[in-house]
Amino acid sequence: MRYAAPLTTKEAVSLLANAKGKAFVLAGGTDLLVRMRGDYIEPDLLVDIKRITATQDIKKSANGFRIGASVPCAALNENAGLVKAWPGVVEAANLIGSDQIQSRCTMVGNLCNASPAADTIPAMVAAQASAVIVGPAGRRTLAVEKVVIGPGKTSLKKGELIEAITLPKRPAKSGDAYLRFIPRTEMDIAVCSAGVNLTLDAQGVVKAARVALGAVAPTVVLVPDAAKAIVGTKLDSAALERLAKACEAACAPIDDKRGTVEFRTEVAGVLARRAAKIAYERAGGK
Amino acid sequence: MSGVHISTTVNGDSVEFVCHPSESLLDVLRNRIGLIGAKEGCSTGDCGACSITLDGRLVCSCLVLGAEVEGRDITTVEGMADGEKLHPLQINFLKHAALQCGICTPGFLVAAKALLDRNPSPTEEQIRFALAGNLCRCTGYDKIVRAVQATAKEIAKTTKKKR
Repeated sequence: MRYAAPLTTKEAVSLLANAKGKAFVLAGGTDLLVRMRGDYIEPDLLVDIKRITATQDIKKSANGFRIGASVPCAALNENAGLVKAWPGVVEAANLIGSDQIQSRCTMVGNLCNASPAADTIPAMVAAQASAVIVGPAGRRTLAVEKVVIGPGKTSLKKGELIEAITLPKRPAKSGDAYLRFIPRTEMDIAVCSAGVNLTLDAQGVVKAARVALGAVAPTVVLVPDAAKAIVGTKLDSAALERLAKACEAACAPIDDKRGTVEFRTEVAGVLARRAAKIAYERAGGK
Repeated sequence: MSGVHISTTVNGDSVEFVCHPSESLLDVLRNRIGLIGAKEGCSTGDCGACSITLDGRLVCSCLVLGAEVEGRDITTVEGMADGEKLHPLQINFLKHAALQCGICTPGFLVAAKALLDRNPSPTEEQIRFALAGNLCRCTGYDKIVRAVQATAKEIAKTTKKKR
């Protein structure tokens, strides 16, 4: 196996595109190195992207936030501006693993690992986040919900990598939240989860909403019907009930010892309802 | 094998080594540099016995490649004591019998130090959350938590005196 630590995205893309055999991108390594140790994968080339300046920081601009692909999840919580604008995205990222894992794991890694139960993906999808993809054909931006196409599978082509995640500019009176169910208090994988992102009008009526669910289908699902159920309301109990029902209708989960189909389906609705309430409060709704 | 040549800093000392591209930093520390404080428990980032800090952040050295650490700043449990003088955490681990078999202890010490460096007066809940990445099968954790609490109290006392 070869290890390379290029200094530019262009160089990284060229290494990945020209690689003979299996090439993998290394950022935090908290999934990749575990899979290597378990002999699930046998890379011929690792391209470490942490030395690439464009992946290293969190930038705020007029268009929103840009979070580099090698920014560890622990660093998200240290950025006061990001926490204020996108508390739901940050809380999702900070739920992953222990402090040791937080120091290394990244949102882009969580996305590319493409687990149906990934914590950051529902929060990013609700937040309308995009992936900045760079490849041999150039640069493109893709909505996060279009990156993962199945368990462990992404739509990235050979030679492509994700350089950063972008979060759009935040309108006034906006808030987001992420909740997951696990059978213990921390250090576990979501049995099901929900991310909700809301923008309110001056009267506190929901003007725009995005609702995404995790671990209830082969990929994270965006649920437009759930958003429709609460737009135009102040999250009264009837609206929340419709939200929960729309979420339940979008579930097609697996049945395993961690959660039955019935359990995951019902809890997805409950979590969406609770996350919506938190997002509403964060957006300044009363 | 095609070796990777790395220059880095470990506990303040410049260190050079050549390692295999897939070799973990834990193996490098133990087998090439001779620092055997960090222990191998699970090799998958679950147990924390191999905890060290990398550029000031707490990490599992089993989930870092030796090849990654060119020009980085590493600290291990060996860097905690000042010569023969133990770190307050080490003294309190002994005082409170916060170890039995001892294999998890270096990881707990490094993780507890990382916590106190960041938050010198953590609540019990914060201590338990911060040490959730370190597993101990002997103590039941209570003694470890008490040792960290005692150290935090001592730190609070000395900072008060300095004021």
